[in-house]
Amino acid sequence: MSEQTIDLKKRRFLTKATGVVGAVGVGFVAWPFLSTWKPSAKTKAAGAPVDVDISKLESGQLVRVLWRKKPVWVFKRDESALDALTSEDLISKLADPNGTGNSKNQQPKYVTSNYRSIENKEAIAVIVGVCTHLGCSPTYRPEPGASDLGGDSWKGGFYCPCHGSKFDLAGRVYAGVPAPTNLQIPPYQYVTDSLIRVGIDQKNT
Amino acid sequence: MKNNQSWIDQRFPLSKVWNEHLAEYYTPRNFNFWYFFGGLAVLMLGMQLLTGIFLTMYYKPDAAEAFASVEYIMRDIEWGWLIRYLHSTGASAFFVIIYLHMFRALLYGSYKGPREFLWILGMLLYVLLAAEAFFGYVLPWGQMSFWGAQVIISLFGSVPVIGPDLLVWILGDYAVGDATLNRFFSLHVIVLPLLLVVLVFLHLVALHHVGSNNPDGIEIKENKDKDGIPKDGIPFHPYFTIKDSMVVVGFIWIMCAVIFYAPALNGYFLEHANFVEANPLKTPEHIAPVWYLTPFYSVLRAIPPMFGSQFPGVLAMFAAILIFFALPWLDRSPVKSIRYRSPIYKWALGIFVVSFVMLGWLGLKPVTPTYALLGRIATALYFAYFILMPWYTSIGKTKEVPTRVTE
Repeated sequence: MSEQTIDLKKRRFLTKATGVVGAVGVGFVAWPFLSTWKPSAKTKAAGAPVDVDISKLESGQLVRVLWRKKPVWVFKRDESALDALTSEDLISKLADPNGTGNSKNQQPKYVTSNYRSIENKEAIAVIVGVCTHLGCSPTYRPEPGASDLGGDSWKGGFYCPCHGSKFDLAGRVYAGVPAPTNLQIPPYQYVTDSLIRVGIDQKNT
Repeated sequence: MKNNQSWIDQRFPLSKVWNEHLAEYYTPRNFNFWYFFGGLAVLMLGMQLLTGIFLTMYYKPDAAEAFASVEYIMRDIEWGWLIRYLHSTGASAFFVIIYLHMFRALLYGSYKGPREFLWILGMLLYVLLAAEAFFGYVLPWGQMSFWGAQVIISLFGSVPVIGPDLLVWILGDYAVGDATLNRFFSLHVIVLPLLLVVLVFLHLVALHHVGSNNPDGIEIKENKDKDGIPKDGIPFHPYFTIKDSMVVVGFIWIMCAVIFYAPALNGYFLEHANFVEANPLKTPEHIAPVWYLTPFYSVLRAIPPMFGSQFPGVLAMFAAILIFFALPWLDRSPVKSIRYRSPIYKWALGIFVVSFVMLGWLGLKPVTPTYALLGRIATALYFAYFILMPWYTSIGKTKEVPTRVTE
């Protein structure tokens, strides 16, 4: 039997090596657990497009549909509302009227500026009704001059009750409110003149 | 009896633990009103666990059934309304107690050395309790549950770069839904209660190691008699166990008055909108968190968006909570108790209390220009208490601290 000495250097190395391998193992084992929190296959499949019939939509009327569990507003704007959207008076109050700044990813490429709707269908707006601040659903306040929203300077639009953000009737955010960007325009297309499909991009024509 | 005890003591340190932590655990004899709340907090934890266990027997963590199952508990289960109101009112009572318990630490400098770690464990408990309360409030699946969850979880979406993916990971869906409710249920009934119980245990271990502070801010262990017993200490049992049991009786009176006559406390303990089932299409006219989280919500609202992002406000909100952890190192004063502090410290603490209450009140109100301005002023004062602390605690004349406790 040879004389035994304790090799402390070797012992420290083995301790550390075991620790490192163990930590890597914990990391690998954590992955499946953390992954269970991701949307399930069923949830991912549930994000199918939604059809909205607009044949009975009156001027000024707004309908809400759920798309990917988010409220989507489909509403019809009258002539005076459309005029207001292009007025210098309103545009000067907006944070990003052309959607080229912070809001550049908030709309598909094929919607027109100012109206933020599909060309030749300016009256109909389709907007995801989720405030870009903290996810509340703003209230539809189409009446111009509402006294609680600033009187004459209010041109109609949406008001978020949670933190006071204001948007115009094209979902563009006012300057100086908590919401950082314009409301999102979802991808959508006209299947027929009176049927909108939310969730699929317009075909190139 | 004696034989039984020695049989156990040979196998488990029963008498040793009993003596070390109760019969021979010496507590300062000058404890006052402010020292009621630690014990009451333990009582509340016990009550929340007990009522929670019974609610879990009938509650259904399913977005389609949750709201109805809570109403079922309230209407159809015998005495179900009592169990539910004990739990929901208990949450608010818990926070009343915890805030008074924390204020006690500010009054008497209980966070100062050698109790820094005790304070950190306590702050961790506070953070976990706030999370526990938030998850709990989501479960009844009313309008406030849903939209409160929507707003709070959206905060994580504002984190730069990883925000949107993080948001979906937390939700388990693209919006607050069934998956979210289910995981919050798991966190509320298993993960956080376990952590809370473990941390309360550690908090008590740390407390019994360093000993309680007292209204004079004196270390009673520095003055011991010939037997090694602190001259200003009296055994926790029977003296404080008896005193605390009287406090419990008084507390139960108040609790019963609220539960029997105003369980929702006019919308402060259970908001009116939460008696309407969650509707993802419609945000209530006015949404606000429950009162105990409104101060931090006000801080969030006070910070305007910067660089096209809400993230600075979110950081400020978390900073408002996390900065409490640094308190032991921000305070440079040579004395602990408010009784011997300089006048400038008394002013600072007074202003801090006003700003905290102001933030809490504003958080319940809708945003108007006046309230927004008030919110910013109160936020500035709130942070000033911490940031200026190294300065104002090192100037100003403190009074001489006696060597023995007064009263």
